[in-house]
Amino acid sequence: MAPIFTGAFINGLINWLLQQWSAFSADFYLNFIKEDRWKYLVRGLGITLEVAFFAAIIGIILGALFAIIRTTADKSDKKGFLLRCVNWMVKLYITVVRGTPVVVQLLIINFVIFSSVLIDAAIVAIIAFGLNSAAYVAEVFRSGIMSIDEGQFEAGRSLGFGYWDTMKYIIMPQAIKNVLPALANEFITLLKETSVSGYIGLMDLTKAGDIIRSRTFAPFLPLIAVALIYLIMVVALSSGVTKLERRLRNGSR
Amino acid sequence: MAHAEPILEVKGLKKYYGEVHALDDVTETICKGEVVAIIGPSGSGKSTFLRSLNLLETPTAGQILMDGVDITGAKADVNKLRQKMGMVFQQFNLFPHMTVLKNLTLAPMKLQKKTQAEAEAQAMSLLKRVGLAERAAAYPAQLSGGQKQRIAIMRALAMQPEVMLFDEPTSALDPEMVGEVLEVMRDLAKAGMTMVVVTHEMGFAREVASRVIFMDEGRIVEEGKPEAIFDDPRSERLKNFLAKVL
Repeated sequence: MAPIFTGAFINGLINWLLQQWSAFSADFYLNFIKEDRWKYLVRGLGITLEVAFFAAIIGIILGALFAIIRTTADKSDKKGFLLRCVNWMVKLYITVVRGTPVVVQLLIINFVIFSSVLIDAAIVAIIAFGLNSAAYVAEVFRSGIMSIDEGQFEAGRSLGFGYWDTMKYIIMPQAIKNVLPALANEFITLLKETSVSGYIGLMDLTKAGDIIRSRTFAPFLPLIAVALIYLIMVVALSSGVTKLERRLRNGSR
Repeated sequence: MAHAEPILEVKGLKKYYGEVHALDDVTETICKGEVVAIIGPSGSGKSTFLRSLNLLETPTAGQILMDGVDITGAKADVNKLRQKMGMVFQQFNLFPHMTVLKNLTLAPMKLQKKTQAEAEAQAMSLLKRVGLAERAAAYPAQLSGGQKQRIAIMRALAMQPEVMLFDEPTSALDPEMVGEVLEVMRDLAKAGMTMVVVTHEMGFAREVASRVIFMDEGRIVEEGKPEAIFDDPRSERLKNFLAKVL
């Protein structure tokens, strides 16, 4: 049997590798270095993070509020007219938001609601994704609150805590812990969903990759780079949540 | 015993769930220092009655006075009143996300504005009283049922209530743990605490209670000293009930 690793074979292999490398570096240069195109990605990443972060904050605050309204209405036996009305509106809101695509919501908010207002596309996106996320977060929080035994609530009230104090000290800490994984998934989804922001002309990460592609006509690297950046962020977020969960679990049980 | 001073006065208390009359016109007075045991078949309204006393159940009609003040009125500060009534639940309802110590200090610190040092000193002395001081740093999930219930009693006592309400405190316990909880309740009774206890422990009711109330179908059917109730029942329903449980 002739040896496979002859000099000629190795030379050929090295040549091939060098060719690939120079093709790759040319491609890399074209897509990222030339005309400082990498700056598109950096700026886009910044915008994606900005939109996702502030949308998440809106989502948490509104979502928690909606969840508390819904559970308060479910719990209290003597519902006032106001509470019933507000509860009904929240229900309707959640149904509409969860029943329509986020891109459509984004377009409506941009071209219908803010059509005649001069406003930064990033702010429109933050509002749109925040309002969208609130509906999902509300359901996550609600399931968390409902999962806490009624006895916990009664124990708090019997000690003399009011409704809101009982929520704050006893129900919510347990509910948040229970829903943390679901909540994290919600925000990971949110981060990825912001990739449709290009529809309203926002230069987010996805749009940045697409702009580079349209300039260089070399789609592989810019799109793969964008995908990798999303992936790294999601993996980092997930592992952060796992750590947080573990720390919380060390507490009880 | 002469219990002159009423602490809880219940007048014409009714609780309806649709067509079901869980409480049907209950009138009752509980005096300072009394240990009242409420017995009766399940569904007799005894738990509803107890839970109405601190308004965990909102009465459909009737009045409850505590120290002469109407607590069912619209102006009543329910949260303040509940601080004077400790409650112990069948399912313990300790806060699982807090240590034993935190369970005992949360309400005194937040509601009575005690400092952490004060609240913890009090909590530790309460825990010592039930022999659980060394479990202060444990979480409820690490405790046995009997330990949980003893701590739940101490959590209620940490608010220095005037009355203690017990809702079947031993019903969720393994038999071998019932004794340790009853022991704590017996000590509490001896120390002069006013107690209302819904219970299936007839031995405890006979031994510790100063008065026994027998309820059935949302009404008080018969009441009196334990000897009278257990040894000389008058109504047919009480006789039937005792025949089943004794």
